[in-house]
Amino acid sequence: MTNFKPLALTIIFCFFVSSHCTIIIPKNNNGNLIQQTCKQTPNYEICIQYLKSDPRSSDADITGLALIMVDIIKSKANTTLNKINQLIKKKQEPSQKEALNSCAGRYKAILVADVPKSVAALKQGDPKFAEDGANDAAVEATTCENGFKGKSPLSNENIAMHDVAAITAAIVKQLL
Amino acid sequence: MRNDSPYTPLLNNGSHNNNRNKEIHLIVFGFLLLASLITFSGYIASNNNVVSVVPHADVSFSDEVTKTNTVVSRGVSAGVSEKSNMFLSAAGGNKVVGESESFPWNNTMLSWQRTAFHFQPEKNWMNDPNGPMYYKGWYHFFYQYNPNGAVWGDIVWGHAVSRDMIHWLHLPLAMVADQWYDSNGVWTGSATLLPDGQVIMLYTGSTNESVQVQNLAYPADLNDPLLVDWIKYPSNPVLVPPPGILPKDFRDPTTAWLTSEGKWRITIGSKLNKTGIALVYDTVDFKTYERKENLLNAVPGTGMWECVDFFPVSKKSENGLDTSFKGDDVKHVMKVSLDDDRHDYYALGTYDEKKVQFIADDLKNDVGIGLRYDYGIFYASKTFYDQKKDRRVLWGWIGESDSEYADVAKGWASVQSIPRIVKLDKKTGSNLLQWPVAEVESLRLKSDEFKNLKVKPGAVVSLDIETATQLDIIAEFEIDKEALEKTAESNVEYECSTSGGASKRGALGPFGLYVLADGDLSEYTPVYFYVVKGSNGKLKTSICSDQSRSSLANDVHKQIYGSVVPVLEGEKLSLRILVDHSIVESFAQGGRTCITSRVYPTRAIYGAAKLFIFNNAIETNVTASLKVWQMNSAFIRPYHPDQKR
Repeated sequence: MTNFKPLALTIIFCFFVSSHCTIIIPKNNNGNLIQQTCKQTPNYEICIQYLKSDPRSSDADITGLALIMVDIIKSKANTTLNKINQLIKKKQEPSQKEALNSCAGRYKAILVADVPKSVAALKQGDPKFAEDGANDAAVEATTCENGFKGKSPLSNENIAMHDVAAITAAIVKQLL
Repeated sequence: MRNDSPYTPLLNNGSHNNNRNKEIHLIVFGFLLLASLITFSGYIASNNNVVSVVPHADVSFSDEVTKTNTVVSRGVSAGVSEKSNMFLSAAGGNKVVGESESFPWNNTMLSWQRTAFHFQPEKNWMNDPNGPMYYKGWYHFFYQYNPNGAVWGDIVWGHAVSRDMIHWLHLPLAMVADQWYDSNGVWTGSATLLPDGQVIMLYTGSTNESVQVQNLAYPADLNDPLLVDWIKYPSNPVLVPPPGILPKDFRDPTTAWLTSEGKWRITIGSKLNKTGIALVYDTVDFKTYERKENLLNAVPGTGMWECVDFFPVSKKSENGLDTSFKGDDVKHVMKVSLDDDRHDYYALGTYDEKKVQFIADDLKNDVGIGLRYDYGIFYASKTFYDQKKDRRVLWGWIGESDSEYADVAKGWASVQSIPRIVKLDKKTGSNLLQWPVAEVESLRLKSDEFKNLKVKPGAVVSLDIETATQLDIIAEFEIDKEALEKTAESNVEYECSTSGGASKRGALGPFGLYVLADGDLSEYTPVYFYVVKGSNGKLKTSICSDQSRSSLANDVHKQIYGSVVPVLEGEKLSLRILVDHSIVESFAQGGRTCITSRVYPTRAIYGAAKLFIFNNAIETNVTASLKVWQMNSAFIRPYHPDQKR
C-alpha cells in the first residue's frame, strides 16, 4: 500500500486545455472508495478535489475521509479567522465591525466546538455528533454571511465553509 | 384515563352556562381595509378574579407598535384581548421571518433559555439519561456529561438525586474515564435492582482503542442511599463485540430481566449493514455472559440501534410493571433510538422468551419504522420501574436546536424531559400513553381558567395570564358540529412538517395555542390541532408544533414537528403543554402523541412572553376551555449533607 503513496503524491499535476484547468489524478488504490463516498455528497467535484489533495486519503476508510474533511474545516476556519482579525483592525463602519466581531465568534465556535467534537465523535465511534458538528459549521458560516447585509468581505470564505461542511456532514452520514 | 388526569370537565357545564354567559362582541379593524369580527362568548373563571384586557401592555415593551393594529374592544373585563391577524397571510408571515438577520445574541436572551423545572446540570454538556432508579427513598438520575464544556466529548457520568423526580440535588460525578476500557468515554448504561438488594450498573465503555465494550459497576456502599461512590468491576470489560459485529457498533446495555430459568437477560443494540439489530445475552452473575443465537428483533433499513429499551406493560392495570414481570395480560414494548435520524421509535408486541424474540403486533409498524415516543426533539430515552409508586417512568434527552456558537456562549447544552409515566392506551390498544409524573403538579402556583371561549375563524386572542414562560396548560377544543357536517370531504393528506404550518388555513384547522409569543406576534410558537374530514367522512387529526416563527434569530432550526393523534368517538380534542423557557413539551389526547420543542425567542422572553389562542380554520368556530397554571421553579442545586429534602 505504502508504495502507492509517492506515486499518488507525484503524479498530481495540472495542465491547461483551452483555458480549462483539469486535474489529472492517478487512480490510487482508494479511488473507488473516494468516488463512491463523494457521490453521496452534495458536491462531488469539490469533494473529490479536497479528499485527493490530502495524501492520507489514499489509504483511508470512510472515517478517515471524514477526518480529512474535518481537518479542512479546521484549516479554513483558522485562515478565515485570521482574515477576520485583520479586517477588524482596519477602519470599518460600525455595522461592518459588528458583523465582523460576530463572525469572529462564529468561526471560533467552529474551532472550539464543532471541530474537536467531530474529531472525537469520529475517532471514538459515535459519528452522529460529528454530523451535528459539521452541520453546525455550515450554520455558523451562513450566519456570518447574513450579518453583513449584502456587503460581506467574507463571501468566498463563508461559501467555501458552507460547502465543505455540507460535504463533511454527508460523508459522516454514511457512517451512521 | 388515570385519576391523576387534570382534565377538569370544563366543557360539561357549558350548556347551563348560557344564561350567565356574557356575549361580547369585539370588532377588530385590520389593516389593508380588512375588518374582521371576532366574537367570543366566554365564561371566565380565575382564582384571583382579576382578568382584564391588556392590549396596550401587550405592545408597550416594543418600539415597533403597529398602529394599524387598532383594537376596539367592548369587553374590557373579558380577560382576553384580541389581536388583528396581520400575519395570517403567507406574505405577511414570510416578511416577518425574512426580516431576521444574523442575530446578535446577548446575555439577557441567553440566560432566559435556562429552564426552571426541567433537569439540567449547573453547566456544560449533557446527553443520554443513564441508570435511572429508585433506591432507599431517593430517585437516582445519572446522565452523560462533559465536565469540560458545552459540547459533546470527554463523557463521564453525572449524578443527581431527588425525593420526587422534580427537585433535584446534584451529587459528585459517579464515574469518570479512568480505565483502559472506558478511557475514551463512560457511555450509556442501565441499572438493575436485584432481589437480594444488590445494584448492578452495566454501561458501555469506549476503550483506549475506541472499541465499544460493556462494563460492570456497583455501589461501594449499599447502605448509602445516595449511592455516591461506585466501583468498577476489576475484570472489566464483561462483554466485547462478538464476531461479525463492528467494534463501534456495540453499545447501551438495557436493564436486565429474569428468564424462567432464573437467568438475567439483557439486550444490546447494533447493526448488520443497514439492518438494526438487538443482540441478547443471558447471565447469572453479570460477570460472564452467554450469547443467545437469536436476535430479539431486526429491522432492515433502520441502521444502528442505540439505547434499546425493553419492558412489559399491563393490558389491564393502570400500574407499571417490573421489567421482569411475567403473566397474562401483558404486552411488551421495544424501543430503539435510531442513530440515522436521531428519533426514538417503539413498537408494541409479544415477547417469546423461549425463541428469544420480540414480535411487533403490527409488522408494518415495527421498531424504527412506526410509532415514535415524541415527534419533536427527544432521544436516547430510557424507562425504569418505580417500585415506590408502582409505575413505569420514561426519561428522554432533549438536545438543542440552536447553534454551537450560542451553546458555547450559554455555557450549557441540553435538558431532560419531565419524567413521563408510560402505560398502554387501553382504549386504542395500539399505542402508549405518556404523561408527566404527578409530582410536577406540586410546582403549580396561581391558575387562570377560561371556559367555553368561542374562537371564530381567523381569530387570535391574547389570554391574560401575566407571565407565560413557566406554565402548565391544559386545554380542550371542540369544533362546531354543524360546521363539521357541512364541511366537504377531502382526500388531502395532512403532514405537520410539510403542510404549511400554523398559518396555512384549512377547513377544520389549524387551531390551538401560541406559546412564547410577544405582543406584536413577531415571535410565537403555535401548538395546534389540524382536522381533516376524509373521503369516507372519517376525521383524521394531527397535532403539530410549528417553530418557523418562534424566533427572529436565523441561526436556530425552525422545523415543524408533529404527527397524527388518535381521537376516538365522543372524545374532545385535549392538549397539555408544559412551557419552561426554551422547552415546550406537548401531550395530545392524554399523551397518545407527544411533541417536545426547543425554542429560542429573542423578544418573547421574560415579562414579554404571552399566551394566545388562535383558530385558523376557515369553516368552523372552535370552542375552547383552558386552565393555565404558573409554575414554580424546582430550584435544582448541589446537594449539601444537611439537606433533608
